[in-house]
Amino acid sequence: MPTNVLMPALSPTMEQGKLSKWLKKEGDVIKSGDVIAESETDKATMEVEAVDEGVLAKILVPDGTDNVAVNTPIAVIAAEGEDVSAAAAAPAPVAAKAPAQTKDAGGEKPAAVAKTASAAPLPSAEIASPPEAPEGTPMVMTTVREALRDAMAEEMRRDGDVFVMGEEVAEYQGAYKVTQGLLQEFGPKRVVDTPITEHGFAGLGVGAAFAGLKPIVEFMTFNFAMQAIDQIVNSAAKTLYMSGGQMGCPIVFRGPNGAAARVGAQHSQDFAAWYSSIPGLTVVAPYSAADAKGLLKSAIRNPNPIVFLENEILYGQQFEVPQMEDFIVPIGKARVHRQGKDVTLVTYSIGMTYAIKAAAELEKEGIDVEIIDLRTLRPMDNDTIIRSVMKTGRCVTIDEGYPQCGMGAEIAMRIMENAFDYLDAPVKRVTGKNVPMPYAANLEKLALPSVAEVVAAAKAVLYR
Amino acid sequence: MAATRTSARSSAAKSAPNAAGSNIAEFTKDQELEAYRMMLLIRRFEEKSGQMYGMGLIGGFCHLYIGQEAVVVGVQMASIEGDAVITGYRDHGHMLACGMEPKGVMAELTGRRGGLSKGKGGSMHMFSKEKHFYGGHGIVGAQVSLGTGLAFANQYRGNGNVSFTYFGDGASNQGQVYESFNMAQLWKLPVVFIIENNRYAMGTSVHRASAQMDFSKRGLSFNIPGEQVDGMDVRAVKRAADHAVKWCRDGNGPYILEMQTYRYRGHSMSDPAKYRTKEEVQKMRDEFDPIEQVRSRILKANMASEDDLKKIDATVRSVVAEAAEFATHDPEPDPSELWTDVLR
Repeated sequence: MPTNVLMPALSPTMEQGKLSKWLKKEGDVIKSGDVIAESETDKATMEVEAVDEGVLAKILVPDGTDNVAVNTPIAVIAAEGEDVSAAAAAPAPVAAKAPAQTKDAGGEKPAAVAKTASAAPLPSAEIASPPEAPEGTPMVMTTVREALRDAMAEEMRRDGDVFVMGEEVAEYQGAYKVTQGLLQEFGPKRVVDTPITEHGFAGLGVGAAFAGLKPIVEFMTFNFAMQAIDQIVNSAAKTLYMSGGQMGCPIVFRGPNGAAARVGAQHSQDFAAWYSSIPGLTVVAPYSAADAKGLLKSAIRNPNPIVFLENEILYGQQFEVPQMEDFIVPIGKARVHRQGKDVTLVTYSIGMTYAIKAAAELEKEGIDVEIIDLRTLRPMDNDTIIRSVMKTGRCVTIDEGYPQCGMGAEIAMRIMENAFDYLDAPVKRVTGKNVPMPYAANLEKLALPSVAEVVAAAKAVLYR
Repeated sequence: MAATRTSARSSAAKSAPNAAGSNIAEFTKDQELEAYRMMLLIRRFEEKSGQMYGMGLIGGFCHLYIGQEAVVVGVQMASIEGDAVITGYRDHGHMLACGMEPKGVMAELTGRRGGLSKGKGGSMHMFSKEKHFYGGHGIVGAQVSLGTGLAFANQYRGNGNVSFTYFGDGASNQGQVYESFNMAQLWKLPVVFIIENNRYAMGTSVHRASAQMDFSKRGLSFNIPGEQVDGMDVRAVKRAADHAVKWCRDGNGPYILEMQTYRYRGHSMSDPAKYRTKEEVQKMRDEFDPIEQVRSRILKANMASEDDLKKIDATVRSVVAEAAEFATHDPEPDPSELWTDVLR
C-alpha cells in the first residue's frame, strides 16, 4: 500500500513552512532514514527523513513551494512495482493522523496548537496603527521575530557599545532565529556565542554594563534565567541604589518567556510577576511586532537594567510595523488596543490573543469591550488602566502566570486603590492554573487561560 | 609556576621563585615606606571601625580586613591607571588601597549622607567610577562573574587594562566562579583572579570545605595558570601580581593568584571565634604580621628611623581620627533620599 510523506512540523508551534528542496527524485529507491527533502520556516531548516521504504513514486509538492501546511502530503512512497494512482488521491484527513516524518522530536502537530493565534494577520479593525508613528507612515507586515532582530541591528549600528551575547546567538543564528544575520553584519566581537552558563554570562554582562558597555543578554528562555536571577536582581537591579547613583547598569535581558507548546513544566512559566516586583528593574512584555521593535530599541537605549519578556508563540506572527527611520515606543505607556464602553480587559504579551478573540465573541452578544495592552509591566501605566475602569466600571485581567501574587492580583489591587468607587463589580482575573505545566495536550490547554474563560469572566463582571 | 605545597595549614606559604630565582620583588625605600603607610592606614582604619561598631555607630555587617593588608596593597602596586578592582564584602581595605577617601568610606559605614554611597550602601556596598572600584558585593562569588565582565569590557575596548577580581577561599566553591573561569580562558580575558585564602569561610576552615585546598590549581582544568603566594609578605604579593598582570596584558588570558593570608579578627563583628584557637591567631600575629615585616625591614636597612615611622603612624592616626569624627557627626541622609537612585 502506498504511503504518503507528510509536511513535517519543526516544532509544536509551527503551522506551515517552505518545502525548499527535494533531495530525491521520482523513481528513486528510498530506505528508511534517508533524507529525502529539506523544509524550512523563518525559524529553522530541517531535513525530511523517510520512515518508510520503497520507491519515491510521486512528488506532490514541488521544490520551493511556500506556506505548505503541516501534515499536507508532499510525496508518495510505494512498494516497488506498486500502482500509486490511488495513493496520490488519498484524502488529506487520513494523512493528518500519521506521525510527521522528521528528526525533530514530537513532530505531530499537537491539539494544543489550537491555543495559538492564527498566523494570519488579525482583522485590521482590531489593530490600531501604533500611536507612536506619525499619521500616514507606510506599514510593512513583519513578524515579531524580525522586528526584534531589526531593533537590535538598528541599535548596534547606532552605538558601538551595544553587543549581544547568549547561547547560540551567533553561528546558529539564534535558537529561535531572533538574532539571525547579526553575526554576519557585526562580527563575533559584538555577537558573542556563550557556553551554556546562564549564571556566569548574566554576571559577566552585568560587569560589562558597570564598565559602560550596553549588553543585550539573550536567554534561550527565561526559564533558564532562574540560574541567573541573583545577578539580575542583586547585581543589576540594586547597584545604582547601593552606589548612591554612581554605578549604573545599562543592560537588556531578553528572551522568550512563558509557555510555548507542549514543552512541560520546567520550560513553561511566566516570570512577569517575579521581575516586576523588583525595584530597579524595568519590565517590558510586548505583544505586537511594532511594539516589540519600538520597545526593544527604547530598552537598549535605556540606562537601566531591563527585563524584556518575549513569547515564543508570538515570534512567527505578523503585524504592521511602521516603516520609518527610527521608530521608538516609550517604556511605561500602555496601549488601548480596542475602545469599548462595557468592560475593560487588561493584559499583555500573549494574553492579548485571548482578549482579542474574546472581544470578538462578546461583540456578537452586544458587549462592547475595551482592551488594554500593558506593554510595560514595571513601571505599570496606572493612568490608562484607571481611566478605562472609570469609564467601564468593570474589569477582567488576563495573564498566563500563576494566580497567587500574580499580575492579575497586582492590577486588581491598583484598581481597588484608585478606582474602587467606580467599580460596578469586583475585578476578575483569568490566569494560568495553580499547577506546574502538564505535558499532555488536553491538560496543557486546561492549565492555560482560554477564550471561553475570558468570555465567562467578562459576562460575570457584567452580571450576564 | 604553581608551588607544590598542598596544604595551607601551618604557616603562610612561600610561592615558587620567579625566573630570576626570587619570589619577592625588590622594593625601593619609597616603595617600602608607601607599602608600610598604606597597610598601616588600613589596619588603623579597621581597628577604628571595630571600635565604632562596638559603640553602636556602625550597624549591620562589618567585615574587617585586619591581617590581610599585604594582599591588596601589593596588588595595587602592580596596577596602572584604569585597571578595574572588584571584591566581595570584606572591602574596606580595597577601597582605601584604591585611593578612595577614608572619610567617605567611614561615613558610609555609619550610614551618613557624606558616605560614598550617600549612606545607602553600607559596609559591603561602595563604588567609585573615578577610582575604577566596582564594589563591594554581598553575594559570595557574584563578584567573580562581574569582574570577568569588567575584563570583557577592557578587551572590547582594547584599553590594555586588567580586572583585579578578588574573592575568598569560601567563594572559590561557588559554581559561577568556574563558569567565569571557563569564559575568561575561552575568550582570553585580561582578569587576575585573586583568591584571598584566609583559611576560614566564615567559621568553616578550608579543610572542612574544600576538596582541593591548593586554590592555585582551581583553574587547572581550564588551563588557567596559577600560583600560591605568601600573602603576608607585600613584596611576594607585588612580584606575583607583576607576573600575573604582564600575563594578562600580553593577551594570554586570565591568571590565578592564591594569596595565603590570615584574618586576625572574626568573620564579622558577631563572630564567636569558636572554630580556631587563640594560640593560632597569636602565632600569626607574632610571626607573620605583614606590617611588622615591612617595619623591621625598613629599620634593619636603615631606610627610615623609628622617629620617621612614628611620624607616619601619627599621620595615619590623624587621618583615621578625622574620618571617624566626620562619620560620627555627618547627618543621616535626607529622608527624600529613600526614593532617589532607583532608576536613572
